[in-house]
Amino acid sequence: MSQQTVRQASNQSDHLLSVDSLDVEFQVPDGSIQALRDVSLVLDQGETLGIAGESGSGKSTLALAIARYLDNNARVPNGTIEFKGRNMLEFTPRELAEVRGNQIAHVAQNASKALNPSMRVGAQIRESIELHQDVSDDEVRERVFDALDQVNIPDPEETVTRFPHELSGGQQQRVLIAMGLACNPELLILDEPTTGLDVTTQAKLLDLIKELKTGAEVGILLITHNLGVIAQIADRVNILYAGEMMEKGPVDDVFTSPSNPYTQALLATTPELNRTKELRPIPGGIPALGEIPNGCIFADRCDFATDECQTGDIDVEAVSDDHETRCVNWQTAVDNPIEAGDATERKSRPGDVILEGKGVVKHYDEGTFVENLLSDHKPVRAVQGVDLTVREGETVGLVGESGCGKSTLGRTMLSLHELTDGVIEYRGDDLASLSKAKRKEFHAECQIIFQDPDASLNPRKSVRECIERPLKLFTEQDEDERIARVDELLEQVNLSLDLKNKFPHELSGGQQQRVAIARAFAANPSLVVLDEPVSSLDVSVQASILKLLGELRDEYNTSYLLISHDMGVIQAICDRLAVMYLGKIIEYGTMSDVFAPPFHPYTRSLLSSIPTLDPHEEGNRIRLQGDVPSARNPPPGCSFQTRCPQKIGDVCETDEPELVETNQETDHCVACHLDESGTTKPLETPVEEL
Amino acid sequence: MATNKSDSTFGDVQVPELVRKLLSSRKVLLGLSILMPVIIISGLGEIVTPFDPLQTHILDKYAAPGGKYVLGTDNLGRDLLSRVIVGGQSSLLLGFSATAFSMVFGVPIGLIAGYMGGRVDEYLMRLMDILMSIPILLLGILILVALPSSLINVIFAIGVVFVPRIGRVTRSATLSVSQEPYVMAAKSRGESTPYILFQEILPNVMAPIVVEASVRVGYAILIGTSLSFLGLGAGPPNADWGYMIATARNHIYETPWFLLWPSLALLLTIMATNLLGDGLNDVLDPRTGGGRL
Repeated sequence: MSQQTVRQASNQSDHLLSVDSLDVEFQVPDGSIQALRDVSLVLDQGETLGIAGESGSGKSTLALAIARYLDNNARVPNGTIEFKGRNMLEFTPRELAEVRGNQIAHVAQNASKALNPSMRVGAQIRESIELHQDVSDDEVRERVFDALDQVNIPDPEETVTRFPHELSGGQQQRVLIAMGLACNPELLILDEPTTGLDVTTQAKLLDLIKELKTGAEVGILLITHNLGVIAQIADRVNILYAGEMMEKGPVDDVFTSPSNPYTQALLATTPELNRTKELRPIPGGIPALGEIPNGCIFADRCDFATDECQTGDIDVEAVSDDHETRCVNWQTAVDNPIEAGDATERKSRPGDVILEGKGVVKHYDEGTFVENLLSDHKPVRAVQGVDLTVREGETVGLVGESGCGKSTLGRTMLSLHELTDGVIEYRGDDLASLSKAKRKEFHAECQIIFQDPDASLNPRKSVRECIERPLKLFTEQDEDERIARVDELLEQVNLSLDLKNKFPHELSGGQQQRVAIARAFAANPSLVVLDEPVSSLDVSVQASILKLLGELRDEYNTSYLLISHDMGVIQAICDRLAVMYLGKIIEYGTMSDVFAPPFHPYTRSLLSSIPTLDPHEEGNRIRLQGDVPSARNPPPGCSFQTRCPQKIGDVCETDEPELVETNQETDHCVACHLDESGTTKPLETPVEEL
Repeated sequence: MATNKSDSTFGDVQVPELVRKLLSSRKVLLGLSILMPVIIISGLGEIVTPFDPLQTHILDKYAAPGGKYVLGTDNLGRDLLSRVIVGGQSSLLLGFSATAFSMVFGVPIGLIAGYMGGRVDEYLMRLMDILMSIPILLLGILILVALPSSLINVIFAIGVVFVPRIGRVTRSATLSVSQEPYVMAAKSRGESTPYILFQEILPNVMAPIVVEASVRVGYAILIGTSLSFLGLGAGPPNADWGYMIATARNHIYETPWFLLWPSLALLLTIMATNLLGDGLNDVLDPRTGGGRL
């Protein structure tokens, strides 16, 4: 495609892996998709190279191309992939088989699907050793345990006899990495190794990758959409956008002085914990790769775009020795970078109580009469006695790791699930005994938006039908008025009116979520439950949706109950926050209360687990031991006692701590047996001193 | 590269695309190219038959195929081609009507059981299990013994037998669709249960139901033929494939074509509906790859 102005001066064969001007295209019925264009990278032994980009940027395609796992409809019209000086594109199937799994290990995304569910973990690790190495049975056994040791699996003897579904998500990922390491590969490709894991699990896995880096002479290619992960782990980073390498260089340089408008925009749109930044959405969306426009692929969305960007090939230019960017205006971008502003603090004036849960209990799978009679069947205790209040004009966050019961609580509050015990009051009246008219009012006033926008819109209904339905139900408007209102709503959520007659599958994820938002706001609700509203969206889209939610909140004076696992998202939008663990609220207060001491030990570890965008920040991370206990069998006493780094002793195991007010003015509550000296230490305190 | 999850949409906008995809499936094409002529020719019936199917030509009995009677004649000298054509009418009518009957009852039962869950599901499905546990033919015979044997009653008997089968397919599709957030969103709007069942869920479970129904048509014809072979259903002198086969059995050594033609017609029709069902399954079910463009 383009001549590179900067060439690696050194002989390519010195590198462990070197990819040079690689193009990959996929043949599809309507033509071809040019998934990668002119991608070059080098990786040396003992080095970790991060590949970052949003979905659709071609990260995984790159990983698969390097391992030569591409689908049959893929073609490589240009470029070379050299592994230890040999061009892999010319390998025979036999040569490939020798290298794959042996010298190059590809650790696929989604560990739960990458492991064979019907084979014991030990046997799966054995397989690759037996295939590639001519060693005795005893030695294979030893190697299996070595590999499991390397990934810090507790109790490997026990683990090898397990089936994948008997392990937690973090453990599955460890086993998968152990499989990759079993043959002592020289190149380890990790494709989104922490995606789908909780932050506390992710933190431990990142420690493991760091350990692997220092221990073995292995080159690691780390692919992720999470810039925080790259900042913490990688030595060098390549930023990929729509199949092109936008910027590459040492992590320090790229993160502290990004020299490509896309990198700058990406950093400005990523939420960060330690500062309240006003997230800047990137306008527009990632282009379809069927037809590649002339000029810069990012030009349409770029603040610095000039006429020059619209035509001709955009060459890679050198910022410094090993820092390159694909931008003609990079100097302007460096002088005048895109940065997130500081968020103005929102003054919320909470009004009347809209929804109040008192002692909410929700159990799943309570078992039939016979099951309970014959065995001691244990229900899943998803929510175990929670009080939660949402007032007018207030945004309450509900944060916790997967399985803590936050979504169940949110849905139960809207009576989408039946209550096991407790009371939910809507404007002072018990939800269970509302009159028909009052119930209709409740439905009109309380709406919900779900995580997966694709699934929350009926695939058989057009955008207009979707948004019009609540108007039909809750208002007396005639058809013309309704259509006018649909248009107004579409404008408010920044969607083009052309989309009105489209069906959900014709929209992008961000557009679908906007339609879901428009539907929720159609009948002027006073409370909207947001159930992970942005977690399935890319960061740039995420920021624009959060911004939209903020605007709508001001316009309609709506309250939100925002459910999320992502502290960054919570911080961007909430006024008050409740932290949940194993079905209970363990800390509650205003944002500044929860993010500052006194801390509940769980909140403290949650906050310290989040990888920051600052590559220099080491931090004293708290690593939680073990996994979250089963909700069928929660531990006695404090639910966090099995993993708590600040456990006092017996009292934690026997007595359940009550939520105690630590700040009467702001109603900040913490449920912990620790006294003030234990909870008030600042977040940076090293683990040993807690 | 939008993910196309719902290509099987019947919504007005997608119809041309759906038709295009249906016609790109070889199974659907082959199934239709057999079934459509069968339906059209049988439908036209006595307009296209060379002879009156009931008229006997006593001098020409046991005529071999070829000549004046293209497919030969039977033991009473009736033209076999005409009889096969007209015999298709009752078989096809029976196949489609019985399937329609079973859908009218089976689909709502499946929707309600799948959506409501709990006790309602338990009661409805156990009832279906009881119906399913009786062999199809036996249940059909039982019903026809109790009721006078006429085409309407045969349709009713086969329809009843098929209700649990359609019901189960509908229920299993409904179970997963009920968990979709868009159904939950409808609940949170306070929509009525019938609206949720028929407006939100039904359009999204149509694909497996259509597939099941198309296979059921073939089965219904087969069972109907079996019943009339056993003497329940259409009796003499009507032309009916099952009845024709039953009569032909006695003459199998002298005049095998007598047995051959109705059997072949039956075979082709059932094969066509099964091919159609298979093809629809490929096209409508995104999991088998048909969901992709």
